[in-house]
Amino acid sequence: MTAELYINDCKWKGIIEPDATLLEFLRSNGYYSVKQGCDSCSCGICTVWVDGFPVLSCKYPACRAAGKRITTIEGTGSSANLLGMYLSAEGAEQCGYCSPGLIMTVLALEKENPDASEEEVETYLAGNLCRCSGYQLQTAGILKYLRRKNNE
Amino acid sequence: MNEQSVGCSFPKKDAEAVTAGAAVYTDDIAPEHCLIIKLLRSPYANAMIESIDVSKAYESEGVVCVLTWEDVPQIRFTYAGQCYPESSPYDRYILENHVRYIGDPVAIVAAVTEKAAETALKKIKVKYKVMDAVADFEKALDSSVIIHSEPDYHNNVPIGGDPCRNLICSHYSDYGDADSAFESCDVTLEDTFYTKANAQAMMETFRTCAYYDYQHRLTIISSTQVPFHCRRIIAMALNLPQSKVRVIKPRVGGGFGAKQSLVTEVITAFVTNKTGRPSKLILSRKDCFTASNSRHQMRLHVKMGATKDGIVRAIELDVLANGGAYGEQSYPTSLLVGHKTIPLYAHAAYKHKAEFVYTNLMPAGAYRGFGATQGCYAVETMANRMAHVLGIDAAYFRIINIPAAGEKMPAYFGDVLLSSKLKRCIETGCQRFHWKERCKPKETENGRIRAVGMAITMQGSGVPMKDVCCATIHLNDTGFYTLQIGAADIGTGCDTVLSQIAAQVLECSINQIIPEGVDTDHSPYDKGSYASSTTYVSGQAVMEAALSLKEKIIQEGAARLKIKAEDCWLDGQGVHSRNDETIFISLKDLSEQLVLKPDCDWLTATADHCCIYSAPPFMAGFAEVEVDRSTGKVLVTDFLGVIDCGTVINPALACAQAQGGIVQGIGMALYEDTEYTDTGKIRNNSFFQYRIPTRKDIPHIQIIFEPAYEPTGPFGAKSIGEVVINTPCPAITDAIYNAVGVTASKLPVKAEDIWKSLNLQNKDNN
Repeated sequence: MTAELYINDCKWKGIIEPDATLLEFLRSNGYYSVKQGCDSCSCGICTVWVDGFPVLSCKYPACRAAGKRITTIEGTGSSANLLGMYLSAEGAEQCGYCSPGLIMTVLALEKENPDASEEEVETYLAGNLCRCSGYQLQTAGILKYLRRKNNE
Repeated sequence: MNEQSVGCSFPKKDAEAVTAGAAVYTDDIAPEHCLIIKLLRSPYANAMIESIDVSKAYESEGVVCVLTWEDVPQIRFTYAGQCYPESSPYDRYILENHVRYIGDPVAIVAAVTEKAAETALKKIKVKYKVMDAVADFEKALDSSVIIHSEPDYHNNVPIGGDPCRNLICSHYSDYGDADSAFESCDVTLEDTFYTKANAQAMMETFRTCAYYDYQHRLTIISSTQVPFHCRRIIAMALNLPQSKVRVIKPRVGGGFGAKQSLVTEVITAFVTNKTGRPSKLILSRKDCFTASNSRHQMRLHVKMGATKDGIVRAIELDVLANGGAYGEQSYPTSLLVGHKTIPLYAHAAYKHKAEFVYTNLMPAGAYRGFGATQGCYAVETMANRMAHVLGIDAAYFRIINIPAAGEKMPAYFGDVLLSSKLKRCIETGCQRFHWKERCKPKETENGRIRAVGMAITMQGSGVPMKDVCCATIHLNDTGFYTLQIGAADIGTGCDTVLSQIAAQVLECSINQIIPEGVDTDHSPYDKGSYASSTTYVSGQAVMEAALSLKEKIIQEGAARLKIKAEDCWLDGQGVHSRNDETIFISLKDLSEQLVLKPDCDWLTATADHCCIYSAPPFMAGFAEVEVDRSTGKVLVTDFLGVIDCGTVINPALACAQAQGGIVQGIGMALYEDTEYTDTGKIRNNSFFQYRIPTRKDIPHIQIIFEPAYEPTGPFGAKSIGEVVINTPCPAITDAIYNAVGVTASKLPVKAEDIWKSLNLQNKDNN
């Protein structure tokens, strides 16, 4: 189908294959920051935003994004880089493959609940799997990021 | 100015790129317009392909090739990424007319789009002769079903196998007279333990792309731990000269051993070799779970004897392991299961027997811990039971049994233990975990029973006398260094850790060291990243190369300063005189002169290293659990790991390794189950069914690095990667026993099993 949408505030117009997932659509358009981990909505790695809300792009039909605003990590500006620095200061990114999806979810959380408690952070991120880090250092980095203004 | 690098928690060299989602992994940098490879997989556990008709598949639009067993070279090889001659049997063709497990590839389709490839798969007509299968590894040995009867089956080295008996390999070793030692014991305990075929479950699935370069050389980009083994095995399997194959390792999204087997590399190389076109094979998560490799499933029978004073006098370990349909990594695993567990009981005579069998199930391979994890669960669980029977504190029981530095370890290939702070690890752990105070189980406010358990472990650092790692360092013409390594950073941070070692030797900033990931065309040889070897073995090569380069730079600097080399010292700024601080040549000036006439001498140094001793790191693990008696549900509520990995080169990265390993161990203990249907199909093929721990499942995990120094390691370092996964299983099962008296002999320990045992207890009590 012919569709019009915005990717990181940049207008896109073209044909979307009816059975393409948003993940396939984005990667085929060069948005390689969106990684694939599972293809069954069970790992959180492919998280992007549609109209500002996090979605799992591996099962989100690309057609459904017609007319909407899609944001990948490149479209989040400096906050993603800053959060990345907080994560890597803890050594928590390890292989890094789950990082873009994790960061997209944390930034969504920050918009919804900037003062999230540790437990709220862990609940919000429960669907973002990581096999390397053991999570705890990630949580430490995320909390430091969320509390950075208080610590300044 | 002396800069300190070793011991500093620098962020990883690739941190900025990977956290920003840069296009740095295999599928991000694969050439555009790659052919998409899809595999038709066997629906039967054991079958002969009587006929295969691909004509309809070729009719699909966009299909470029459909390859079957009739198209592949008749060369047997192994997927196991080990040094040649591999100790894994040559028991594979790329495709064969005999399929040996549900998921074994039957045909390879390459098409211009994924859809075209998938459509073509459905049009391949295969007639199978379905045969009886062995899906139970305890029934495989001497079964009437023989899984490998091919005449060209081959072993490079004797590994005690016999394919006519479905025996991949066997191992026997002993020390002292275990039988009479058992007779002298006051208490002898024995039990049988079971562990599952756990999935490594790295976040980036297996993937490879291939293309021909401008010299018509087959170039492979792959998510691998073993680039140089890939080059050799691909060349062999496709009957190409090695000079025609190049392997590039980009950023890798985890491996944990899985990517020590060539799950996607040979097939992808074969397609490009056949078609001349770039191609790629990206395994789905489902294929990752059902058609790649896993930890060896095991049955471990342990007999342990001790005298009343708490000294273990004899251990018998009898292991049966499921190697699956192909024998990758079975033999080295059969060694580790005993040789990295029994040495912890220094006064014991022992017998260690292992048999690894073929079954019609997914092949096993390497997974962090590599047999030692399963062995640790069984032997340490038995040690805890022994301590309970003797009425001795489990931690004290370890202290009186472990080997001390300077002692010969008969069960560790007779090596003398050069350094160990294991005793301190146990003592520190007891103190910091408040072990004594927490030993008595308590009932919590919500009616759960809270209790603690502990275990100890050791691993190795590299494969001694066999595996070689090399490093090359250049001084570039504006005064920075390129560090070329063949060690594969798969997310562990070895590029950074090795840069820290180089920076420490060259006394420069880590920012002056640019590590270069692996490309077999320009990296120096390295056997790859496995067996906990990058810091200890590759690190030593880096250190030696850096020392050699440092000497050359000082000599060149001294010549220009017209003073003696022994009167000079080097740092990140340049070469200085020891006697007069005004006499100095900057690294920038020196390196620029070194690439200009008349004194050009582009400075570079290479070193290789092969360890003669695999220095064991040690760990004491302490777990606290809460068990709900009404449901059997177990929660791990606290975990402490105290580790002797020698000098810690990068504390943050080492801590991430430790916590990540412990969480994988918790997963193995409580959640991660691989189940099969009666016909041998794996039931758990997604993260919904194969439940790796989420961040809601884990306790607070504290890591303490015990100050230690290993004389044979770079700056005193040993390994960290594998030792950390071993203790959670026995520590958690002992905590469960201490809480509710249920002895768990099968992993994972499931709530329903505990609940059933508790109900049986209640019935017995009534």
